Amino acid sequence: MDLCSTITQTSHSPLPFHPISIRCHPHHFTAPGKTNTKHERTFSYNHRLTKSALKRRDRDTHSLSLSFYLRSKISQIFVFGSSSGNPNPPIGSDRPFPGAPSIADPIMNPFSSGTRLRDMIRAIRACKTAAEERGVVRKECAAIRAAINENDNDYRHQKRIGYLGLMLLLDERQEVLMLVTNSLKQDLNHSNQYIVGLALCALGNICSAEMARDLAPEVERLLQFRDPNTRKKAALCAIRIIRKVPDLAENFINPAAALLKEKHHGVLITGVQLCTDLCKASADALEYFREKCTEGLVKTLKDVANSPYAPEYDIAGITDPFLHIRLLKLLRVLGQGDADASDLMNDILAQVATKTESNKNAGNAILYECVETIMSIEDNGGLRVLAINILGRFLSNRDNNIRYVALNMLMKAITVDAQAVQRHRATILECVKDSDASIRKRALELVYLLINESNVKPLTKELIDYLEVSDQEFKGDLTAKICSIIAKFSPEKIWYIDQMLKVLSEAGNFVKDEVWHALIVVISNASDLHGYTVRALYRALQTSVEQESLVRVAVWCIGEYGDMLINNVGMLDIEDPITVTESDAVDIIELAIKCHTSDLTTKAMSLIALLKLSSRFPSCSERIRDIIVQNRGNLVLELQQRSIEFNSIIQKHQNIRSALVERMPVLDEATFIGRRAGSMPATVSTSSGASLNLPNGVAKPSAAPLVDLLDLSLDDAPAPSSSGGDFLQDLLGVDLSPSSNQSGTNQASKTGTDVLLDLLSIETPPVQSSSSPPDVLSSIQDSKSPVASLEELALPSSLSGQATTPVGAAPMMDLLDGFVSNPPKPENNGSVYPSVVAFESSALRITFDFSKPPGNPQTTSIQATFTNLSPNVYTDFIFQAAVPKFLQLHLDPASSNTLPATGNGSITQNLRVTNSQHGKKSLVMRIRIAYKINDKDVLEEGQISNFPRVQSSASMVQFGAVFCVHYYIIFLLGILVIEFLPLRHRLEGAHV
Amino acid sequence: MGIRFILMVNKQGQTRLAQYYEYLTLEERRALEGEIVRKCLARNEQQCSFVEHRNYKIVYRRYASLFFLVGVDNDENELAILEFIHLLVETMDRHFGNVCELDIMFHLEKAHFMLEEMVMNGCIVETSKTNILQPIQLMEKSS
Repeated sequence: MDLCSTITQTSHSPLPFHPISIRCHPHHFTAPGKTNTKHERTFSYNHRLTKSALKRRDRDTHSLSLSFYLRSKISQIFVFGSSSGNPNPPIGSDRPFPGAPSIADPIMNPFSSGTRLRDMIRAIRACKTAAEERGVVRKECAAIRAAINENDNDYRHQKRIGYLGLMLLLDERQEVLMLVTNSLKQDLNHSNQYIVGLALCALGNICSAEMARDLAPEVERLLQFRDPNTRKKAALCAIRIIRKVPDLAENFINPAAALLKEKHHGVLITGVQLCTDLCKASADALEYFREKCTEGLVKTLKDVANSPYAPEYDIAGITDPFLHIRLLKLLRVLGQGDADASDLMNDILAQVATKTESNKNAGNAILYECVETIMSIEDNGGLRVLAINILGRFLSNRDNNIRYVALNMLMKAITVDAQAVQRHRATILECVKDSDASIRKRALELVYLLINESNVKPLTKELIDYLEVSDQEFKGDLTAKICSIIAKFSPEKIWYIDQMLKVLSEAGNFVKDEVWHALIVVISNASDLHGYTVRALYRALQTSVEQESLVRVAVWCIGEYGDMLINNVGMLDIEDPITVTESDAVDIIELAIKCHTSDLTTKAMSLIALLKLSSRFPSCSERIRDIIVQNRGNLVLELQQRSIEFNSIIQKHQNIRSALVERMPVLDEATFIGRRAGSMPATVSTSSGASLNLPNGVAKPSAAPLVDLLDLSLDDAPAPSSSGGDFLQDLLGVDLSPSSNQSGTNQASKTGTDVLLDLLSIETPPVQSSSSPPDVLSSIQDSKSPVASLEELALPSSLSGQATTPVGAAPMMDLLDGFVSNPPKPENNGSVYPSVVAFESSALRITFDFSKPPGNPQTTSIQATFTNLSPNVYTDFIFQAAVPKFLQLHLDPASSNTLPATGNGSITQNLRVTNSQHGKKSLVMRIRIAYKINDKDVLEEGQISNFPRVQSSASMVQFGAVFCVHYYIIFLLGILVIEFLPLRHRLEGAHV
Repeated sequence: MGIRFILMVNKQGQTRLAQYYEYLTLEERRALEGEIVRKCLARNEQQCSFVEHRNYKIVYRRYASLFFLVGVDNDENELAILEFIHLLVETMDRHFGNVCELDIMFHLEKAHFMLEEMVMNGCIVETSKTNILQPIQLMEKSS
């Protein structure tokens, strides 16, 4: 068959041969034997490809095209290989000149691979059905099999392609790999060394733990194989095996030690790597190699370092730098923590460190590795000095690569000899300002390690100065590091505050929340610096309004210490005097609140600051109120609410305002740190704890602010705590006062939060009787949180409210509609109850049939029937139910988990519920139904409370009462929480 | 394991050859390649040849229109990897003669074979060009 014509006709006949020329700019390229490496090479490359073919091999289709390609290869072999014997002249090795059209090229080219592949694709495209397609593929496969059988010549090439496919497309996690084990084993025992090599290569790249166990003996045997190329691959295979199955390490110790005596570089380099890995895998191996091989390795390194010119391994005048590096690595492992071994290698390390040429990359690579080894092995003063000097030389090198590795190395050296690294501080600091991001990053990390108490001030100054000019993407890293340095090493508070202020005004937008929170905590603790800080912030804010976190800190400080700003309180000597009027201070906050870039937090903080200033600067009160009122219509609920509340405080509650907006208590640093670590409980409790410790030193009872809050809503009427109930009743608009003399008031359990939780989960707490109304204030003292105190406060009123007169109960009963919708049936043992539709949605109906086993009134048996109302079949149908604690639920298995469509059947499931509070409480149940429609998950949830009641009329009334109480409590709590909690919370807690 | 992956990417960011020595799914590979290529291609010649990305260190070198990117562990000798890239290019150059991007595109399997002979399981196997090319030339002769 005429090859050329076949190709030209079938694949690319209409396309002319058109040369494209590619200009190469070899940046680093040094072709062997070329004197001028920088010269521009131009060559043309003949190709016969359409552009689309080029495009097809882009990244996304890379893998796909590869597999396709492998496939096409196989078909090629069979098209050309079998018919024309050996048409391909050897390629590459003796190509006349680069770019010369070669007949053999198309054979290797997947896209000109001739008719076979195209025909196959065309045939597959033409297939109408999957069966036809399979037929075509089957035919192809048969053809390939035939080709394999009759064509031994190409067998090895093909095998190689097969292995390539194996390595690229499979990984150790795929089960199909297991099937290869046996083929691999056969190939490992093959008589042809190249095939053995292929199998070893595949094994080394993809073997799994199981394969490692199975094939370890083969690999062990091949480590002693006569051919060095097989031995080197076996050595790397052994590395993989050891990594997969560390237990096998000891089998390889002896063969590995034997490899170290080899002369062949490939075997030596892989043997050294194997030994390094063995040392990591097993302490025995480490001990063994240390004892037996250190000397030999030193000698090998010496030989390699002093070896005469060896053209095959020579790189820039150095013989096999890779081997150097591997040997140094192994010596490092051996010398680490062992003085004797370290002693043995001192000489050769010194020789390598001094004699290696450092004007080429290869030499530098060796030096770099040598320095690392010197730094890692046991101390030898002279060597260390040598190593640090080399690093110093690296650091001042013009080549960025060398500087990068120097910085990298110095990071490791810092633990060994911090003093020596400190000497290079100035250079390192320069590297932080480098234009190269990789170097900057390394240098910054190094500087961070270099900083200590003694040099923190100059270094921080340098870094902050650089912050001004650094580019945006680096600012984030740099800011974080500077903040961390300042927090860690600050010698005094004023320095801390100064530096943080600088950072905030340079890169406030990059500062993390916890950093400026910490700053506020520090400021609050530095009582003698309040005035200084607020003035400094005021000044900073004049110039950098766009730095969000600076604005926040400034706003907070002006709110707190605004009076110090205008009165120049606590003036330090270093300060310039500054004149700020009250309206200036308000101006700057107004600016912050109106600035469109300010976010919610800033605006909310500004509102609080304004509220505080309204009390500090009475003359500006009206103006502040105007600003606050402007936010009354804010779309953000938080701001709107604050605005309205603060407005009413300013307008109506002059007498308590100053107390409300008193300066924040000193924030507890320990608390803050604890909260940062996430170990503190909810913020509410910390803020209430702080409120006990007011700055004027008088520990007010925590009840006081609470009463103040109540006062507030009562419009200045001094309210004795006992009248709290009245007020609450007023709120409800239900006159319950006559009921307060009722005896036998019920009292809910003491822990208010529990009540809340219980109520929310519709579980009624145990109801107890108490004859005397509880003392509100005393109970507040031991309450844990404002929530609790509010509840406690709310309770007495609810207690009186609970004593329901029929008048009071009636509206409440309406609320409980769901609970009383099913009128109680007269009870008779084992009686029949009406079935109820417990749950109904557009797609599903659940009906409950009840029965009671005679003699056990507490237990109810329920048969649930599920009916599908939709036209789809539900599969994987699961019904789940949950009940409050006083109930016990037993669920039997369902009759099926598939629910036919449109009510054509149903699933039944039996439930048994035992009510431990039978007669007092009724059944409630929360349900969840999960099922699949066409493999799509559907989840429905609901609550069932319309169980038929089994109650006497007396217990019915009692029940009504109990529910009334609880709904009442919920109602009251809701009001209390909504009305007061946010306000209180905000005033005390929301600042930080 | 030193080397995690070797990529050859052209100036346009198209991957010409990818060899991984640790398992990543196709999607992960694509994402990783995209990120790395974007990072490396944006750098200029004066900047150093090392880029830190995720937990890899990328050592890269540009030859004409083709970037050679090698992902290595953090404790690998970067300069040695740089030298290795050069050795790889020289080896291909010796085989193809003035190697260029198209050689790798159209002789992808050979490029892979060369890599196979040079790196196994992330470790360097052979540094002699003659030894690397010997099996490949032998195979060509026999086919």
